[in-house]
Amino acid sequence: MARYLLTRAWQSALTLLLSTIVVFVGVRALPGDPALALAGEDRSPEALEAIRRHYGLDQPLPVQFAQYVERMAQGDFGVSIRTGTPVSSMLTTALPVTVELSVLAILIASALGVGAGVLAAVRRGRPAEWLANGLALVGLSVPHFWLGLLAILYLSVATGLFPASGFVPILEDPVDNLHHIILPAVILGTGLAAIIMRQTRSAMLDSLSSDYVRTAKAKGLRPRAVITRHALRNSLIVVVTVVGLQLGGLISGAVVTEQIFGLPGFGKMTIDAVFQRDYPVIQAVVLLTATAYIVINFFVDLLYSVIDPRIRVTGDPA
Amino acid sequence: MTVLTVPMAETTVSVTRRARVLRRLRRNPLAVVSFVVLALAAATALLSPWIAPYSVDQTDFARTFAPPGTPGHVLGTDDLGRDVLSRIMLGARASLQVGLLAVATSLVIGVPLGLAAGYFRAWDAVISRFTDLLLAFPFLIMAVGLAAIRGASLGNAAVAIGIAQIPGVIRVVRSDTLRLKSLDFVAAAVVDGASDLWVLARHILPNATSVILVQATVAIPAAILGEAVLSFLGLGIQPPAPSLGTMLATAQQFAARAPWAAVLPGVVIMGLALAFNVFGDALRDALDPKEDRR
Amino acid sequence: MTTPSAPVLEIRDLSVSFPTETGTVSAVDGVSLDLAPGEIVGMVGESGCGKSVTAMSIAGLLPGSARITGSVRLDGAELVGARESALRRVRGQEIAYIFQEPMTSLNPVLTVGRQIGEVLQVHERMSRRAARARAVELLTLVGIPSAAQRVDTYPHQLSGGMRQRVMIAMAVACGPKVLVADEPTTALDVTVQAGILQVLRDLRDRLGTSILIITHDLGVIADIADRVVVMYAGRVVERAPVDDLFARPRHRYTAGLLSASPQPGRHAGTDRLTEIPGLVPVLSTQPDACTFADRCPAADATCRDAAPPLEGIGGTDHVAACWHPCSTAPQEATR
Repeated sequence: MARYLLTRAWQSALTLLLSTIVVFVGVRALPGDPALALAGEDRSPEALEAIRRHYGLDQPLPVQFAQYVERMAQGDFGVSIRTGTPVSSMLTTALPVTVELSVLAILIASALGVGAGVLAAVRRGRPAEWLANGLALVGLSVPHFWLGLLAILYLSVATGLFPASGFVPILEDPVDNLHHIILPAVILGTGLAAIIMRQTRSAMLDSLSSDYVRTAKAKGLRPRAVITRHALRNSLIVVVTVVGLQLGGLISGAVVTEQIFGLPGFGKMTIDAVFQRDYPVIQAVVLLTATAYIVINFFVDLLYSVIDPRIRVTGDPA
Repeated sequence: MTVLTVPMAETTVSVTRRARVLRRLRRNPLAVVSFVVLALAAATALLSPWIAPYSVDQTDFARTFAPPGTPGHVLGTDDLGRDVLSRIMLGARASLQVGLLAVATSLVIGVPLGLAAGYFRAWDAVISRFTDLLLAFPFLIMAVGLAAIRGASLGNAAVAIGIAQIPGVIRVVRSDTLRLKSLDFVAAAVVDGASDLWVLARHILPNATSVILVQATVAIPAAILGEAVLSFLGLGIQPPAPSLGTMLATAQQFAARAPWAAVLPGVVIMGLALAFNVFGDALRDALDPKEDRR
Repeated sequence: MTTPSAPVLEIRDLSVSFPTETGTVSAVDGVSLDLAPGEIVGMVGESGCGKSVTAMSIAGLLPGSARITGSVRLDGAELVGARESALRRVRGQEIAYIFQEPMTSLNPVLTVGRQIGEVLQVHERMSRRAARARAVELLTLVGIPSAAQRVDTYPHQLSGGMRQRVMIAMAVACGPKVLVADEPTTALDVTVQAGILQVLRDLRDRLGTSILIITHDLGVIADIADRVVVMYAGRVVERAPVDDLFARPRHRYTAGLLSASPQPGRHAGTDRLTEIPGLVPVLSTQPDACTFADRCPAADATCRDAAPPLEGIGGTDHVAACWHPCSTAPQEATR
């Protein structure tokens, strides 16, 4: 187990380093003088010179990279060109919104996806399976931002059941917070739910036809015990993998969902930054997303080893 | 007494196999329906510049926001009085274009890397780090970065989506290569002194085409959805070029005046994606009857 | 060897067929078999002859699509067509199973103690703690050293032979009347096989469990069984006490099987093993003919016109379904 964790930790660190290099090179590839891009409003030669010195732009590239990593590690992402506020403080207000939205979406998607997947596998060849399969195909094919659009038009605006946009921090008013975020979370979760459902169903069908499930039946266990204790437990390993791998899709989805529902999260900040050519913000967003993806997937691997004793004890992946 | 034939060994006669797959597809009503939908969509997309009732840029400020059913404009007009049917036809054409372009990008890079990762042990570790690296940049973030560096365009949207799909291609090609490599006919070719490149090109790649095909059919709808998202956000196809995504963005802007405008482009995107996904499922079942459940 | 007392398990005229895409497949046709208390019966035949399907149908473990007719009685109680809840009480408690692949037959994510304890929790209403303590005893019973530690290990940490002992411990946890062992030693090394068979014999001697052991390995049969049932293409073709069968096989198929497997002494030297030409047919309907006729050296028109009945020729406990049985003289190795 220790060896497994060490290997994964080393691989994650390497990926993190590589992605930092990619972003660093990407920033250098921006059109025009980077100092000009970073300068914002004050573009006097003295100011540009100060920026070059501050960001080490006059140093050789490896030195620049080392300084860059050092700044990023300290959370110094520079200052927004448009607003003049430090990018780090913008992130501090935007990130909680996105994290809450994503976590809620994952929870909803997992509950729906696992439930429907198990149902489809157990009710193989019956109407329940057709229904679950059909819904999953639609969930996979529907553009969820469009679903969000329709939800606002025909649910929020028409009935007033949900607010069409806006956000209330969870610490201010948890109930109102949930009221604002539940619809976006459901919409964001649809695609993920469809993917989880299909994977769960397929893993459950494998488990249900496995020898150990036959053993469980031969022991005289009730169907419920056979399904939950024996078949589902093994299928969950697959579900965890899927959630880890779909994290990228979820981040992409969160950006659009926030845009549609006017949630003041990291996605809205990103899109605004693109149109305002706010390069420090874009850079921070890209780097932070990559870091989050890598770190979270490392934890997913840890979770594996908790679920699957074959990894926990010997370190051999299943 | 009827003695049923028991298939004793998997014969790799590709002609009979292809015939068997086609027969299975023809017997599956969902496969037939989705194929017909896709064929119609492709035909419309190819011919749209000629069969669209109006030019996509033809504005008519006297008749903006005409509802569907208006004489002369079956699906109505938009905020600039442009014909919605014409714009949907050309928008669908753009969706398919991006879908194919993105998937072509991912296959051109992903297939060789997947083959190498599965065939050469030494390359596996390097390529899987590369895969991890790509996965760390979700397609939208990749598109944001590309838009920042090179500006938003249809091409950049397709490249961003295509790059994001490379890891999936590498994964399926790699695992199929690993499987094929362990089979006897490959070992036999190696024993006969065939070079690695020869084995990969003549033995492994032809046998891996079915998984590549299935991967492509699931990647195209994902790319179509991706294009819609990017265009909706303004990171993809730029107005005034028609795109289903930008039509939805406009519809959101004018939702109070013309709520129906948000419906049709979305239905078309979903229809296209659904047809591809259904056909992809049917193709997978037909290629591998044992795995009909996935 | 055979006990005259009332049988624990009576199988009468059991037939099983499965609908498939290409038509119905008949897997078992009119199988009858008794299992006396404490008796070990071996069921032998090539793969696909219906022995595993017969075994699975005893406690109703076949998939819902299987069409089963005939009768299976456990201490007189009918199991074919019994309610699922009644069958669940029987499974694991009165009829227990051991399967071929101890690697895949145990759940990889649960400890062996938990998997053994589960049976006790369900059938004996034991608490989890008590079930775990009992699991340690059971592991000791089947000859697993330092059972107190092994109880908390996962299947992948044990060797194949150990895993099969765990399967046996699980099977005998509730003291079943009947143990069905489906190819219990096939996946194991020869050295480990003997140990597993010894455990089974011990259990019979100590607990009086009746065992139906299914195998294609005649060596296993010779080693452990009291009586033998030979199956071919879904039918019982010969049934006899073990010594009788090995000394005087009646059915041509049995004779073929014997000469196709090495026997101590007989083939040592220059004698070659003889293979039976052809394959076991897959049948959609059971014909009124001898299903072995196509592969049989002694087949004639009679064999293709009518199915031979299962008849005793010498004593009543040795029966064979053959129109032209081998002579009763001790068998010579076929050249």
